Amino acid sequence: MKFDFDDNELKKNEEIFLDFAVSGRDQKGDLLVEGERRQKGGVSIEIASSVKAMFGARIEDVVHQSLQMLNAENVHFRIKDNGALDHVIMARVEAVARQLWAIPEPGVLPQVRAGISSSAKDRPRRTRLYLPGNNPDIMLNAGLFGADCIILDLEDSVAQNDKWPARILVRNSLLAVDFGSSEKIVRVNPLPTTNFAIDLELVVPAAPDVLLIPKCESAGDLQAVEQMLAFYEKRAELTNEIMLMPLIETAQGVLNAAEIAAASERNVALCFGAEDFTADIGAERTPEGKESFVARNLILLAAKAAGLQALDTVYSDVEDTDGLTASTREAMALGFDGKGVIHPGQIEPIHRVFAPTQQQVDYARKLVAAIEEAEEKGMGVATLGTKMIDAPVVVRARRILTLAEGDAFKSLPQVTRENKDE
Amino acid sequence: MEFVKNALGRLVPTEINGRKLKPFMGAHADQGGGEKYGGKVAAAAKFNNKLLDNLDAAIDACEIRDGMTVSFHHHLRNGDFLINLVVEKLAQRGLKNLVLAPSALFPVHEKLVEYIADGVIANIEGSMNGPVGRACSRGELKGTAVLRSHGGRYRAIQDGDLHIDVAFIAAPCADPHGNANGVNGKSACGPLGFALADSLWADKVVIVTDHLVSFPCHPWSIEGGNVDYVVQVESIGDAAQIVSGTTRITRSPTRLLIAKYAAQFIADSGIMREPHFSFQAGAGGVSLAFVKYMSDLMREEKVTADFIRGGSTKYMVDMLKNGLSKFILDGQSFDLDGVRSLRDNPAHIETNPFVSYNYHTKGCFAQMVQVAVLGATEIDVNFNVNVNTHSDGWLLHGIGGFADAADAHVTMITAPLVRNRLPIIVDEVTTVTTPGETVDVIVTERGIAINPERDDLLQRMKGSRLPIKTIEELHDIAINITGVPQKPGFGERVVALIEYRDGTIIDVVRQLLRQD
Repeated sequence: MKFDFDDNELKKNEEIFLDFAVSGRDQKGDLLVEGERRQKGGVSIEIASSVKAMFGARIEDVVHQSLQMLNAENVHFRIKDNGALDHVIMARVEAVARQLWAIPEPGVLPQVRAGISSSAKDRPRRTRLYLPGNNPDIMLNAGLFGADCIILDLEDSVAQNDKWPARILVRNSLLAVDFGSSEKIVRVNPLPTTNFAIDLELVVPAAPDVLLIPKCESAGDLQAVEQMLAFYEKRAELTNEIMLMPLIETAQGVLNAAEIAAASERNVALCFGAEDFTADIGAERTPEGKESFVARNLILLAAKAAGLQALDTVYSDVEDTDGLTASTREAMALGFDGKGVIHPGQIEPIHRVFAPTQQQVDYARKLVAAIEEAEEKGMGVATLGTKMIDAPVVVRARRILTLAEGDAFKSLPQVTRENKDE
Repeated sequence: MEFVKNALGRLVPTEINGRKLKPFMGAHADQGGGEKYGGKVAAAAKFNNKLLDNLDAAIDACEIRDGMTVSFHHHLRNGDFLINLVVEKLAQRGLKNLVLAPSALFPVHEKLVEYIADGVIANIEGSMNGPVGRACSRGELKGTAVLRSHGGRYRAIQDGDLHIDVAFIAAPCADPHGNANGVNGKSACGPLGFALADSLWADKVVIVTDHLVSFPCHPWSIEGGNVDYVVQVESIGDAAQIVSGTTRITRSPTRLLIAKYAAQFIADSGIMREPHFSFQAGAGGVSLAFVKYMSDLMREEKVTADFIRGGSTKYMVDMLKNGLSKFILDGQSFDLDGVRSLRDNPAHIETNPFVSYNYHTKGCFAQMVQVAVLGATEIDVNFNVNVNTHSDGWLLHGIGGFADAADAHVTMITAPLVRNRLPIIVDEVTTVTTPGETVDVIVTERGIAINPERDDLLQRMKGSRLPIKTIEELHDIAINITGVPQKPGFGERVVALIEYRDGTIIDVVRQLLRQD
């Protein structure tokens, strides 16, 4: 499939503007913004905030400046804030403005505060923590729990009406929130919807490390994604190429896994999505997972054959640590490199399963010591015993040591059954 | 009003409510001396029948007049019926300008705001929270409120700084002589220690119970020899609100992370493995999780604490049952497991603020605790802690045992660095509850700061993989996320004193002119 697109068509229904629009929620870390177009009177704003005594003036500044950058003319904005940070306020104001008038692209971008994430094609992806894309509060601390990857989701966890506010919020969060050492992934909406293209237009300039592409079914899908991605990367003048993670969750996708894996140089891993897959084949999802066993293996083989990682689906019972551990062991035994995570408490049990053995750690230490000694002595080639040490071996050894030492305290114990009701 | 600068540079008055005040000089500068309050000599022959028909009869018998001070304890927490009931009856009698001396107030006592507005209550000494605190911040109390820690309240009564005319003591179980405990009856709450000073030094002491047993009520936390009258009522409180049926650990990943860092700090520093290990923790969101993680670490390394100090909860009781601690020294029980354990397990010991917290004694338990894990509203870069006012200036909390418990060998504050856009670490706290010299470690989700005065702890943590940072670094991280908050604007009038545990004035709370 050749995805034919014209940038101007993406400007969706923007000829139709509303007189009144709302965005955000009156919840902790968020704000409710209501905007109204008026005939005259210039720009006026009204602010209520749980932190008004400390941040009232600042909130007013942020809203005023945002409206100015958005070329607001005669509008009245009402804000009900609940401790939202600047980049969230900007996102909500912009989401309302986009519904009321034609704003100058690319909107209002927050100051960049995000750290530089340590992304690389073959970095560990044992855990990828899913976060709903329209919830600013839980994004703030998401980088503290040691997940290898964080997925800001624009697809299933975002209602159709919230797609716009969510993608603006995700864009701003990529720029303004420090996700620590976690790789930054955005799950966009599936092809070939208009949502997909707008997701890319908004999110690509904020340079996520990886895009997770749901419901991938063919090499053609990936080629279409690549083509559009290259277009928006160029427009945003990005220096690094954004990587891709096809998410395979249909029977068609499973059968085409090999061509999907090979379709793009940007691919880093194939992911399996159990919920959509079982629905697609008309099966029930069971704890044993017999219904998806073959599919998972096909995806795994396709990934490995193409030199990619294979990432297993999420374990959805956040209270069942034993079940999670067993499921992770099984996935690792099959050859998977990681599992999806829907609560930070799932990170530690998974990392424990994937932790290198003492034997691996000891050997890695020896290798690294040998290579450091060789470097010190100015020798071009390092040896351990009688074997010459190759560069990729050293990279792997260093990674094992990082894993062994890295995240001992960054992850959390499991939520237990006794406190599930709180 | 004349002001003087105290040791922390805060301006505090020299006299208020007709009482001379001393400025705070340093956490352990006070050397004692002076005389304790004496009280009147009673004669046993006059006390053959203390049992009165009802609360009105007791109020009549106590001859309460305008301007008198009446006191209450807070062991029934948000389930308490007695304070509202007594104050309502006093108001119906047309009494004015009363001083209320509760050991703490809860949201259930919101109705007191009306009695403050009506002039029934002129002042509050001890503790206040929420709506009553807001009324105080708005300047609605005629007098200047005094906030004291649990130990400070005992001290003030013992030393005669706070004279109580009538103490009303809600008792879950009592006999006609006035012996009372908190472990039996339908309103069982655990210890009754917060009422001890009141029972010893109030002019008149009334026991109000909904579970009257024949003499002797045993164990007795309150001794009948100190009691004037005993009244039986239908119910002293709402059992469901007195203690929670089950205590649950927070599910917030951030709070769990903070609790885990705190427990790991104690293990990594080696404190956990030293002889005579002990710790104190409360029932707040982070504390329960902390107790659980601490238990796990102690079990792994086969450590048994000499004692642990509550606020008892199921998690502490489990430690006692599983041999992870030899004793629980309990000031109040937060759940039914705590109450039952106190009643049934001889190693679960009831304490009161005299033995636990009082600075004007020949030593108290607080100074024997190895690690105290406490929560806070604000901490400044000098480690001063505020638990009383919010960053917007409103007086919203009492001191609880904070200033007293901070006398532990290691005082550790656990708190989220950013809470609803508010940075927990600030350049200067709005109100000082407790001086930085008593605060050693701040544990947040984004790093742990050690007081530079504690070089021993800094040395011990070398090699730990916990994220140790300076407090300035944590402050910068917080401000970088939230932005720099504006300071609230206060009026001139001093509406409350923050009294340190030794009776000196560590800070004041000023009136708020805003109405938000």
